[in-house]
Amino acid sequence: MSETIAVSELSTPQQPCPPPDSVTLSATRVGVLTFLCSEAVFFATLLIAYVTYRGATLHGPTPETSLSLPLAILDSVFLLSSSVAIGLAVKAFDRSDVPRFTRWMLVTIVLGSLFLCGTAYEWYQLIVHDGLTISRNLFGTTFFTLIGFHAAHVTIGLGVMSLLLWKRRRGDLAVDSEAPEMVSWYWHLVDTVWIVIVLVVYL
Amino acid sequence: MAIAEPTIESPAPPLVTRLHGWVTTVDHKRIGLMYLMMSLFFLVLGGLEVIWIRMQLWSANNTLVEADTFNQLFTMHGTTMIFFVVMPMIAGFANYLIPLMIGARDVAFPRLNAFGFWMSLFGGMILYLSYFTGEALYGAGSAPDVGWFAYAPLTSPAYSRGSSVDYWILATLVSGVGTLTFAINLIATIVSMRAPGMAIGKLPLFVWMMLVDAWLIVFAFPPFTAAQVMLLMDRHLGAHFFDTQAGGSAILWQHLFWFFGHPEVYIMALPAFGIISEVVPVFSRKVIFGHTTLAMSTTAIGFISMGVWAHHMFTVGLNDGLDAFFSAASFLIAVPTGIKIFNWTATLYGGRLRLHTPMLFALGFLSMFLIGGLTGVMLAAVPVDWQVSDSYFLVAHFHYVLFGGSLFALMAGLYYWYPKATGRMLDETWGKWHFWLQLIGFNLTFAPMHISGLMGMPRRVYTYQAGQGWEIWNQISTVGGFVMGAGFAVMFVNLLWSLQRGRIAGDDPWDAWTLEWATSSPPASYNFETIPIVRSRRPLWDKKHPEDPDWIHE
Repeated sequence: MSETIAVSELSTPQQPCPPPDSVTLSATRVGVLTFLCSEAVFFATLLIAYVTYRGATLHGPTPETSLSLPLAILDSVFLLSSSVAIGLAVKAFDRSDVPRFTRWMLVTIVLGSLFLCGTAYEWYQLIVHDGLTISRNLFGTTFFTLIGFHAAHVTIGLGVMSLLLWKRRRGDLAVDSEAPEMVSWYWHLVDTVWIVIVLVVYL
Repeated sequence: MAIAEPTIESPAPPLVTRLHGWVTTVDHKRIGLMYLMMSLFFLVLGGLEVIWIRMQLWSANNTLVEADTFNQLFTMHGTTMIFFVVMPMIAGFANYLIPLMIGARDVAFPRLNAFGFWMSLFGGMILYLSYFTGEALYGAGSAPDVGWFAYAPLTSPAYSRGSSVDYWILATLVSGVGTLTFAINLIATIVSMRAPGMAIGKLPLFVWMMLVDAWLIVFAFPPFTAAQVMLLMDRHLGAHFFDTQAGGSAILWQHLFWFFGHPEVYIMALPAFGIISEVVPVFSRKVIFGHTTLAMSTTAIGFISMGVWAHHMFTVGLNDGLDAFFSAASFLIAVPTGIKIFNWTATLYGGRLRLHTPMLFALGFLSMFLIGGLTGVMLAAVPVDWQVSDSYFLVAHFHYVLFGGSLFALMAGLYYWYPKATGRMLDETWGKWHFWLQLIGFNLTFAPMHISGLMGMPRRVYTYQAGQGWEIWNQISTVGGFVMGAGFAVMFVNLLWSLQRGRIAGDDPWDAWTLEWATSSPPASYNFETIPIVRSRRPLWDKKHPEDPDWIHE
């Protein structure tokens, strides 16, 4: 033991122990929040690039000639309602209502997949019918980069949700696990980014 | 006695086992030390590159290296020093010290921590693998030669054939991901894992400044990542982000790059400020002057530094209104920085100074960083910037800030905390040799650049004509470079020698006041046997002076 002081001695016994800080945020929550901040900044940068080059396209196709607002609205319905669904799933998980949790997670995954199908259909139309590619013009460059990264995030989210469900089935998901709520935070961010995309790109 | 007595001591595990232990470790202290070793390794590479640069500039019309090689040398030097020397050294100090300083047993996400380190190291390896590519796809290749800022359209497929720019992009992208995970981990650790009683206002200043630093990383690195992705798309998928012929913009790259690049300057400077705020009071035997103002000015610097990026672009030809705004914002940042300088000076005032090596480096930091700050204020004035931008005056300025500032402070930290990490002191005599060689060499190298810059010598030129009066200043700089190289050689000898032979340090060799000195040197893998309870900003002082603890005064 030699000179190493037992560090609890740092508190002098005469003085009552100060109350611990009212830190309610666990390290996981802080970490995920911080990560989501960096994600938001990343998407903001892609959006800035899109806005910067809006109208700078030298020759078509342009957003006016190619983008379909009804399709974007349909996609939005899928994605926004999936945010509600994952919220209900987390609520059920907090009440330890496992069947309900599983059901709402499945609904979320289906809605997210429908959103991806919408994006795939839109890209098919753009690429095959309008001949718009990433190298065709600046609109294609900025559009496919922005939407592509968003769709990639949706795909990753669906993968993580499936992983959660699989772990739940195997019984590896602790009842007090923060994972479902953290995934829902991520999903809400992806959803929020989509709302901004609709406002900036499609309207 | 011919036959050795059998001993019950277990033999040291074989080398492979020990190395395997390091490679697979998730202990924040070992990861911190690996960051530091990585940093010192790349310091040698970046230093060798700059020695070549200085030798080439020794005389007019020198032919030691070709123009292409020179471009590669300054690109690799800048990229290496910023991304693979200063950044990992900061991550090393933060990783090693912060859990100890806040009384935690590890960081929040130990495995993510290891991931971050390996990403940083792989980034550095990718950068240097470019040297081995030789003649690449289009007959170009080898190391990147586009400057550490990789301005478009120089980096476009049309002007940078081959794969050298891809190596640059991937190296900085991969290490950037590592840096981001480091920052996220750090924030979670500091916010959620402080010892009981350590309110946010009682954090040691190094921890405070690293917290602001980590937030800067979180906001500054993603735009850079996005810009790199765009550049990759341009280069490989035929996108047009930075292709002016298709309506793209080279200025967008500069905006995105400097929106990262300017905060990056503060990302490298704030940890230095933090180290100084720990070293100066301990070696002045005084409480730091203005703990709260130091913390608050750090936050102010964090905010302002996000809004000054376009002062790197005064000569691009933005409009006058923008220039005026960014000029004013840049002046503004001198205010919180000045507050810090006054706080440190006031801490020195009336103190019982102990001029050990860490303190010498801290004082070196104060004076050198002051000079860099003053030339920074000059450069923030648009008309001055128009005159001297991209001249050696600018080179002198940012070396006074980043080398005289960051690196001097990091050296102070190295001498201050080496005993904690190894259990042995660094040798004082060699330390002082290192300090004086570095201080003299530094000023010999960079002070003349102010003059050659004002005389019109542009940066990034591989040679120059005789008769312009530049030779003598370049020769002084080159001599200074070798003096500094000697200083670093002394440092490496000291680091290795003291590891085996240095004086045994004990737990608290400097009679310091923060928690990392309350545990053994080196600390056990779990840091603290019992988690300490904190009552003031100097918990160890309270322990040593129960008759006059800090918490009755705070």
